[in-house]
Amino acid sequence: MLLYVLKRLLHSIYVILAISLIVFIALRLTGDPVAVMFGAGEPTKSAIEHLRASLGLDKPLIMQYLIFLKGIFTLNLGTSFRTGQPVSGMIFSRMGATVVLAFAGVIVALIIAIPVGIISAVKRGTAWDFLGRIFSLLGLSFPNFWLGIMLIMFFAVYLDWLPASGYDGPVSIILPSLTLGLILAGVLARLVRSSMLEVLNKQYITVAKSKGTSEWLVVLRHGFRNALIPVVTFLGIQFGSLLGGTVIIEQVFAWPGVGQLIINAISERDYPVVQGGVIILALLMVFVNLLVDLSYQFIDPRIKVEGRKA
Amino acid sequence: MSEAAIQKNDRPAKIKSKKNKVLIFFIKLIRNPSALIGSLLVLTAIGCALFAPFIAPYNPEKINLIERLAPPSWVDPNSPYLLGGDPIGRDLLSRIIYGARVSLLVGISGVVLSSIFGVILGLIAGFFRGWLDELIMRIADIQLAFPFILFAIVVMSILGSGIWKIIIILGLTYWVGFARIVRGQTMSLKETEYIQAAYVVGSNNFKIIMKHVLPNVFSSILVLSTLYIAEFILLEAALTFLGLGSDPTIPSWGGMLADSRNYLSTAWWTATFPGIAIMLTVMGFNLLGDWLRDELDPNIQI
Repeated sequence: MLLYVLKRLLHSIYVILAISLIVFIALRLTGDPVAVMFGAGEPTKSAIEHLRASLGLDKPLIMQYLIFLKGIFTLNLGTSFRTGQPVSGMIFSRMGATVVLAFAGVIVALIIAIPVGIISAVKRGTAWDFLGRIFSLLGLSFPNFWLGIMLIMFFAVYLDWLPASGYDGPVSIILPSLTLGLILAGVLARLVRSSMLEVLNKQYITVAKSKGTSEWLVVLRHGFRNALIPVVTFLGIQFGSLLGGTVIIEQVFAWPGVGQLIINAISERDYPVVQGGVIILALLMVFVNLLVDLSYQFIDPRIKVEGRKA
Repeated sequence: MSEAAIQKNDRPAKIKSKKNKVLIFFIKLIRNPSALIGSLLVLTAIGCALFAPFIAPYNPEKINLIERLAPPSWVDPNSPYLLGGDPIGRDLLSRIIYGARVSLLVGISGVVLSSIFGVILGLIAGFFRGWLDELIMRIADIQLAFPFILFAIVVMSILGSGIWKIIIILGLTYWVGFARIVRGQTMSLKETEYIQAAYVVGSNNFKIIMKHVLPNVFSSILVLSTLYIAEFILLEAALTFLGLGSDPTIPSWGGMLADSRNYLSTAWWTATFPGIAIMLTVMGFNLLGDWLRDELDPNIQI
């Protein structure tokens, strides 16, 4: 067990190193970051040299990378080109909004997908199943940002029930979390359905039924509990694309999270903020993946972690 | 798959049965309602992309400020445009028809590129194993841990927008899906008797891969490709919507939705129709991909 945790930790460190390398290389691809910082203006030579030295750009590449890496582990991600504030502070002040939105999206998705998937599986082949599958197909085919736009047009513009964008008290989270959740629920309902179908064919279900336990009790107690593992795995794997989705949805709803910060920084050519934001989101993702991997055994103690391929 | 091996002795029979197989395949496709709807949607999108200049009622680039945000002609009979005009008076329908080009180009080229990388690396990993396998799979693991959108945001924000840049980034990220499937299947194929037999009669590795391994992994590649096209179309639209995707001067569905954002309360059509186009096209590929999976490879793990 301890060995497994260590292995997983090592893997996470690999991933962080790889991501930092990608971001570092991408930064160098821009050419001279100093030239980017001065933009269209024509700085004096001594001003360039001064800035270069203060950013550590006069050192060899390897040193620059090590300094950059140290910055990641100490969460010192440089300062914004535009505001001059430390990047990590800017990101952490917005992290809460992003995490809350992602979390709300998952809750919405689970609330919708679990009943839809279970009913689809239990009533297999009926009209209910058909409707459930259409729901899944729509979830897979809707562009998430377009669903957001349509929800704004209907609930905010046409009905005028909810705020269209920004953060305006707790009701503001309804539309963005619904957007994220509905899209995620499509895939999730399909997964719940197929894993329920698999479980419902197992012998212990037949046994429980023949004991005279009521059908829904069997489905929920014996069926769903065992069908839950693929769902948790999936949510763990999908956490990255959930964060990606959050970045886009934040832009649609002007939700004051890290995603919006990153996208705005792009149009302002504020590279340290873009890179810092991406790195922090990636770290968050690695952390969640690790947590999900380690939590398997609490859901199902039968899983032998050593046997699993990471 | 052992069928193919048996029929090898009898060439004409094999060709005939191959023809029949294709025919049976199409009959099945037409008889299955969701597969039929899926292929019709896909064919419509492909038709729009190929014949855009002949189908589009107007020039998609033609700016006509008098008709800016003109409503659809069935709402306002004075409007010249069937689906309305965009914020600078271009015909929405014509732009949607031309927009199919960007989406399909990204979807299909992205899949071609990622499948080439993925199949080659998956074959190497699964066939030769050893340290190459270790290395390739380690890289794959790391890539899986890094979401595409974040990767694309970093790279596109630096390189600037462009269709080919998206395609290359898709190829460099999504090869992992192909590589994992091809690797797994190659590993189990290598243990089968007929590949062992091919070794015995003196076939070399290259010949075995081309003749026995590749044809057998083809159906999985086809299934994954179809589903990935759907995903790539969504990703391109999202990136373009964020201003990081295809060139803003070329009509694209994501770009049209980005243009519509300030007019949600005044011109609902600008935000509605391009989205419907994306949804229907993506749904077409998803329906087709799901059917192909059930038909060819029900156990595939994607």
